[in-house]
Amino acid sequence: MTAKLTLRNGIAAALLIALALLPVYVQVMHAPFLLTLFTRIIILALAAVSLNLILGFGGMMSFGHAAYLGIGGYAVGILAHEGVMSGFVQWPVALAASALFALVIGALSLRTRGVYFIMITLAFAQMAYYVVSGIARYGGDDGLTIYKRSQFVAPVNLSNKVQFYYICLLLLFGTIYLVWRLVNSRFGMVIQGSRSNDTRMRAIGFPTYRYKLTCFVIAGTLCGLSGALLANHTDFISPSVMYWTRSGDLIIMVVLGGMGSVVGPVFGAIALLVLEEVLSGITEYWQIILGPMLLLVVLFARGGIDGLLTRIGGKEQA
Amino acid sequence: MTLFIEQCLNGLQFGLLLFLLAAGLTLVFGIMDLVNLAHGSLYMIGAYFAATFSAWIGSFVLGVLLALVATLMVGMAVEVIAMRRLYGRDHLDHVLGTFGLILFFDESVRLIWGPEGLTLPLPAWLNTGVQILPGVTYSAYRLAIIVVTLVVAAFLYVLVMRTRVGMLIRAGASNREMVGALGVNIKLLYTLVFGIGAALAGLAGLMQAPILTVQIGMGENILILAFVITVIGGIGSIRGAFVAAIFVGFIDTLGRAFFPDLLRLMLSKEAASTLAPALSSMLIYLLMAIVLIVKPEGLFSAGGK
Repeated sequence: MTAKLTLRNGIAAALLIALALLPVYVQVMHAPFLLTLFTRIIILALAAVSLNLILGFGGMMSFGHAAYLGIGGYAVGILAHEGVMSGFVQWPVALAASALFALVIGALSLRTRGVYFIMITLAFAQMAYYVVSGIARYGGDDGLTIYKRSQFVAPVNLSNKVQFYYICLLLLFGTIYLVWRLVNSRFGMVIQGSRSNDTRMRAIGFPTYRYKLTCFVIAGTLCGLSGALLANHTDFISPSVMYWTRSGDLIIMVVLGGMGSVVGPVFGAIALLVLEEVLSGITEYWQIILGPMLLLVVLFARGGIDGLLTRIGGKEQA
Repeated sequence: MTLFIEQCLNGLQFGLLLFLLAAGLTLVFGIMDLVNLAHGSLYMIGAYFAATFSAWIGSFVLGVLLALVATLMVGMAVEVIAMRRLYGRDHLDHVLGTFGLILFFDESVRLIWGPEGLTLPLPAWLNTGVQILPGVTYSAYRLAIIVVTLVVAAFLYVLVMRTRVGMLIRAGASNREMVGALGVNIKLLYTLVFGIGAALAGLAGLMQAPILTVQIGMGENILILAFVITVIGGIGSIRGAFVAAIFVGFIDTLGRAFFPDLLRLMLSKEAASTLAPALSSMLIYLLMAIVLIVKPEGLFSAGGK
């Protein structure tokens, strides 16, 4: 995959540069609100990129991806609640907990395929939701306030909004790069091969179950990172971040942005969250517009934004 | 002991109610190969219609019947406007499209009925207790639910297995084109099937309405249970849905009622009261996990699909 200068790649590059320069704009225009919004967008974009690894490239339709947002977030929240403030402890625990959950869920769910897989991942994520809602010690339904963000060594201070924004952005870039490398590696080829024809991949000797499970765990872990960031961003964590509609939002981001490419979900996250912001400014009942729009996207705009840009660019995607 | 019998009946009642929901879901999936997340919305709409109509007319039974017909119509309209275009598409498209429908329905309900919930009061003749065993009284309404769902289940069985329409439905499930080529209006048939599924969901919703409050999002929690049931029972199998629904109804109800006590026997009081709510809500998912380990296709998978 050599990066050619197509319209799509141009826009992707422009977008990434724009994201990098956003704090400057915020500073000049005095619009701190934008910084908060885009920090959130970037964090959820990271989750969407991780979902795309299994959904777009692996063909595993997980409808429970938001569970890792909650697990990553609660790892940070619970540790902070118990007095462990160091990010060097909190974040690895968040990642490990997400990885472990993904391993268990994946090992069970990957025994099935298709609709079963959708429903099972959904059901397990809901289970996690109910379990967390039931733990009164950590706020139950009401959630858990995080009084202090994760502590790192001296120059790094997550409470500084601009610094936090850049940390999130760097992590997003890192994730995109990681996923891009993964997808184009031998491992990624096996995963994509198994999406197209699992039986054939097994026939030529690949233990696809193990490959898919590994991929599932990687995606879950990355999403756990996003959860840890989200908890730090909102200074709060509640079961609602792992509610199944949140998993639906993540799928929307991936499909809206385009499943065929690594950066697609970033387009999708920006489009969905900005759209939400704009629509909710117009009417209180904005979901009445968003719902049918989704249906229309499904019916008429295959390949999402990324596919659209590729088609306008008039070149086949590399 | 009285409590135990009562909880068992509650479990049976809840299981049968879940069956109505799961049957519609599995019917639509088995025949149209459509994953319908908006099924829970139809459950919610049935409840809202029932609450509104019975308040207008002043009669519980008439209001409920009217609500049932109205939900059937809404279901058929949804099929004609949206679902029809989703057949033959990727399952991911179904998930997204119907997710969009959920947003639309939830918000429409908020727009029409407002954010507060409604209540559906029971008429006096249903709001009493019936003596079922010497010394054991049970809610007449819950008993009525059990009877109605059993009748509906029997009706469904006869409809699908013993009538001409049922034969066409089953034929349409195995080969859509062939049935169409033989001169059957397959489009109408699908609309009908979707309408029946919607009416079943609506029936479940309106029967649950007097027990719980009618509120936005009420369909979403129970939808997940219906999913668990279809997975356990085997997608596309109505018989499987029936068995799994009863199972899940029992385990969920009895688990919530007695699991905390059971836990208290083994753990300290404090630990038990912290863990119990979390663990008892996990029970049915554990059941699902076990079924998946033993039979990944569900207990009664509809073979060949």
